[in-house]
Amino acid sequence: MQTIYTDLLCIGAGLAGERVAVEAAMAGFRVTCLSIVPPRRSHSSAAQGGMQAALGNAVMGQGDSPDVHFADTVKGSDWGCDQEVARIFADTAPIVMREMAHWGVPWNRVVAGTHTYYKGGKPFEAEEAAEKHGLIHARAFGGTAKWRTCYTADGTGRAVLNTLDTKCLQYGVEIHDRTQAEALIHDGERCMGAIVRCLKTGELKAYIAKATLIATGGYGRIYRATTNAVICDGGGQIIALDTGLVPMGNMEAVQFHPTGTVPTDILVTEGCRGDGGTLLDVNEYRFMPDYEPEKAELASRDVVSRRMIEHIRKGFGVQSPYGEHLWLDIRHLGVKHITTKLREVYDICTNFLGVDPIHQLIPVRPTHHYSMGGVRVDKNGHAYGLKGLFSAGESACWDMHGFNRLGGNSLAETVVAGTYIGKQVAQFLQGYDLDIKSAAIRDAHDKIAERIKNIATSAKGRENCYQLRNEMQDAMMEHVGIFRNEKDLKEGVDKLQALYERSMNIGLQASSKGFTPEMSMALRIPGMLKLALCTAYGALMRTESRGAHTREDYPERNDRDWLNRTLAYWKDGETLPVLKYEEASPYYELPPGDRGYGGGKIITAELPPEKLTVPSKGKDEPAAKPAKSAKKK
Amino acid sequence: MSRRLHIEIFRYNPLDPDSVPHMQSFYVNEYDSMTLFIALNIIREEQDPSVQFDFCCRAGICGSCGMVINGRPGLACHTQTRDLPEHIVLHPLPVFKLIGDLSVDTGTWFRAVGKKIEAWVHSDDTAFDVRAEEARMENALAEQIFELDRCVECGCCIAACGTARMREDFLGAATINRVARFYIDPRDERSDDDYYDVIGNDQGVFGCMGLLGCEDVCPKKIPLQDQLGIMRRMLALNSVKGILPKGILDKMKHKGCCHEKH
Repeated sequence: MQTIYTDLLCIGAGLAGERVAVEAAMAGFRVTCLSIVPPRRSHSSAAQGGMQAALGNAVMGQGDSPDVHFADTVKGSDWGCDQEVARIFADTAPIVMREMAHWGVPWNRVVAGTHTYYKGGKPFEAEEAAEKHGLIHARAFGGTAKWRTCYTADGTGRAVLNTLDTKCLQYGVEIHDRTQAEALIHDGERCMGAIVRCLKTGELKAYIAKATLIATGGYGRIYRATTNAVICDGGGQIIALDTGLVPMGNMEAVQFHPTGTVPTDILVTEGCRGDGGTLLDVNEYRFMPDYEPEKAELASRDVVSRRMIEHIRKGFGVQSPYGEHLWLDIRHLGVKHITTKLREVYDICTNFLGVDPIHQLIPVRPTHHYSMGGVRVDKNGHAYGLKGLFSAGESACWDMHGFNRLGGNSLAETVVAGTYIGKQVAQFLQGYDLDIKSAAIRDAHDKIAERIKNIATSAKGRENCYQLRNEMQDAMMEHVGIFRNEKDLKEGVDKLQALYERSMNIGLQASSKGFTPEMSMALRIPGMLKLALCTAYGALMRTESRGAHTREDYPERNDRDWLNRTLAYWKDGETLPVLKYEEASPYYELPPGDRGYGGGKIITAELPPEKLTVPSKGKDEPAAKPAKSAKKK
Repeated sequence: MSRRLHIEIFRYNPLDPDSVPHMQSFYVNEYDSMTLFIALNIIREEQDPSVQFDFCCRAGICGSCGMVINGRPGLACHTQTRDLPEHIVLHPLPVFKLIGDLSVDTGTWFRAVGKKIEAWVHSDDTAFDVRAEEARMENALAEQIFELDRCVECGCCIAACGTARMREDFLGAATINRVARFYIDPRDERSDDDYYDVIGNDQGVFGCMGLLGCEDVCPKKIPLQDQLGIMRRMLALNSVKGILPKGILDKMKHKGCCHEKH
C-alpha cells in the first residue's frame, strides 16, 4: 500500500478546506488536500448569493456592526447556537472579507450616487456615499437588520473559490483530486490521517498526517429533493461517526431553502428576494406580508419555507405534473439587473426550466438545502473525542448556526472559520510530534479492504446500492421533512433501521477492473443511512420546535428543557445512535427571547445570572477584533 | 409523443487489459425536461452500473460534465434531450487523459497550466493590514474581472481547439483567459514583460490558429476570442516597444479591442 506523509491532511477542498490549507501552508507546513472532484468543482462553487460581514459600506448597511450581525445570527439560530462562536464569527468576518479582496476576489463595489433598489417588489431610491465609493458593497438577505451580504454578482462561491485555489497553487498545497477518504486512522485517542480510495484506479492508499481536517460539506443527498451537488453525501461526517468516538452535533437541524426550482431542485439564490423579488401564489398574489408583516419574504429561511408550505396546504399552490409549487417573481428588477447581478439565475431558468425570468415567473418550492449539524467541534475547530482531528465549514457543527442558519452566513463561515480554525491548526502543528502506530494503519486499511472485497464478490448478499439509496431518500422526504411529528418520525426511523441492516449485504450488480462508480455508492450507503438515522432519531427525541426543526405535536420552543445541542454517537454493531445532550452555549450574551418573526410560543428557561454574562469579553481573542472602520458608524 | 432515445456511449477501461475502445448502445424512454444528466444516471442505475462519467452540481455551475455530444463539446447536465435528435452519440473530451468511458482528467491538466502561468494575483500577502480599509476598486472593473473569473474549467474550449489537438503544450483559451483576468487586475503587480514570458510564444497566444471553436462551445459564453486578441495586442506592442516611439504605442495600446467602447 502506498503511504503518503504530510503535516496537514485536508479532506475536502472547497472553501473551508482550502482556506484552512492556505493558512497552514503560509505558516510553513506541508499540506495535502483530498477531493472527490477537482477543487474548483467543489459544491462551494455553486454558492450564488454572498457572504455576510458587517462592513457597513453600503447605504442600506449604515449603522451595521459585528454586534448587530451577532444578534441577527443568534436570533436566526433560534438561540440554538454557541454564542461564543457566533461572536468570534461576527467579529472576524469583516477582516476576512478584506483579506479575500487583497488576494483577488472581485467583490462588487459601492458606486457613489443615487440608485434605485427594490424592497418587496417596490422601488425606492437611496444615495450611496461618496466617501464609500469603491469599497465592498452589500446586498440584503433574509433575517438581517442591515444589508450585509458581500457578493460578486451571483457567483460569489465561484469567485472566492477561484481565488483560494490560486492561493493553494501559490503556496504549494498538494491537491490529490478524485480521492475519497474511507476511514480515519486512529488509536482511540489521536487521529493520524486516513485510508483513502483513489477514484481513478480504485486503489487504497494511506495518508499519514499530524493533523486531519474534515471539510467535506453537507450530507444533503440523504434527501431526494435537495439543492446539494451529487458529491454531498456526508463522506466526512461518516468517517468521523464510524470511529465511535466523535459525535455529530444537532443532526436534526436541517434547512429547507424557500426557492429550490421545480422540477430540478436546482437553487436560485436568496439574492433574488434580497434584491427585491417576491413570492406569489396561484392567484399571483403576494402572500408573505400577510404572514410576516415585518420581514415578509426576507424572514429567515425556516420561517419562509414553513409559511410557503402552510400557504400551499391552504389550497393556494400552483398545480404541476411535478407537484404543487409557488412562484418567485423577479420580473420588475429589469433586464439589466437580471442579466448581470442575477446572471446565474437567468442561466438556470433558461437552461433548465425553459423560463425567461425577465418576463416569466419562476416555479419554486422549499427544497432541502443545508445541514446545520455535523462533526461536533470546539470553538477551535478541534473535534470532540479525537486529538488531531479538526473540522470546518458545513461538515462541522462549530455551531454558529444552531437550528437555522441565515443566508450568507454559511458561505461566510467557510472562510471565516477557515481562517480562524486554520490558525488553530497551525498552532497545533507547531512542535507536535506524531507517534505513528502501524497497527492503527493496518486496522483501518484491513476493515475497508474487507468491505470492498465483500461488496465486489457479493459475499454477504446482492442488495442493490442504488435501490437502497432511493428508499432512504424517499423515507427522509416522507418522514423527516419540514413539518415533523412523532408518528411519522417513528415510521421513518423504523424504515431507516431496516434499510441500514440491508445495507450490510450490498453486492455489486456489475463488476469491472480498477475503479467502478458503483463501488463508490456501495461503500457510502451504510454511512449515509447512519447519518439519516442520526437526523431522524434526533428529530424524534427532540420534543419541541426550534428553528428549522418543527414538530407539529410540540409547537413551542422549549427553552426550559431543550436549550441544548444533540450529540449523536454511533457504537459499532448498533442500528441506532446513542444521543447525549450538552448546553447550547457556554453563556448567553444575548439572552433567549423572541426572534421578531415566525410567531410561535416560547416556554422560557430560568437561567442563572452567571450564564447571562460574558466572561472576560474579547481578552483572549486579540486577532479577532474588527477593524476600526467597520465599527465607527 | 415520448421518444425512445438511442444513446451510444464510448466505452473503454484503460485499467482492464481485456477492454478495447468501442461504442455501446443504450435505450432510454424520454420524458419532460430530461437532461443528459438524468438519462446517463438512468443508464448507470438501471442498465449498466459500470459506465463512467462525471457529474457534480448538475446545474451548469461546476464544469464536471464536459463531454462530446453528437460531435460537439458541451456540458451534459444542461443539455436537454429535447434539443437533440433521437440518436445521441457521446464521446469523452479529447486532449485530456482518459480515466474511463466518458470520464477524463481535467483536474491534473488545469493545475499543470495554472502552475505554468503562475495563476495567482502576484502581490505582497504580508502587506495585508487587518485594521485597514480594503483597497478601493471601481465596480465596473470588479465586474469585468468577474466576467473572466466565471470560467468553470470544464475543458470544452480545449477539446474544441485545433491547436490543442495538434500540440500537447498549447495552453488553450481557458488558460489565456486566466492570464487576461490577472492582467486587468490592478492587484496583480506583474509587468507586461512578465506576461510576455508566460504566454508570448507558440504555447501561448501566438499558437492560436483563430478557428474560434473555443468561444463557440464555451458554456459560460466567456468572450474568449476577445481575450486572445487583447493579450496578443498587448504582447505584440510590448515586443516592439524599443522600436516604435512611446507616444504611438500608448495611443495604440487601448484601441482596436472589440469589447472596448471608443
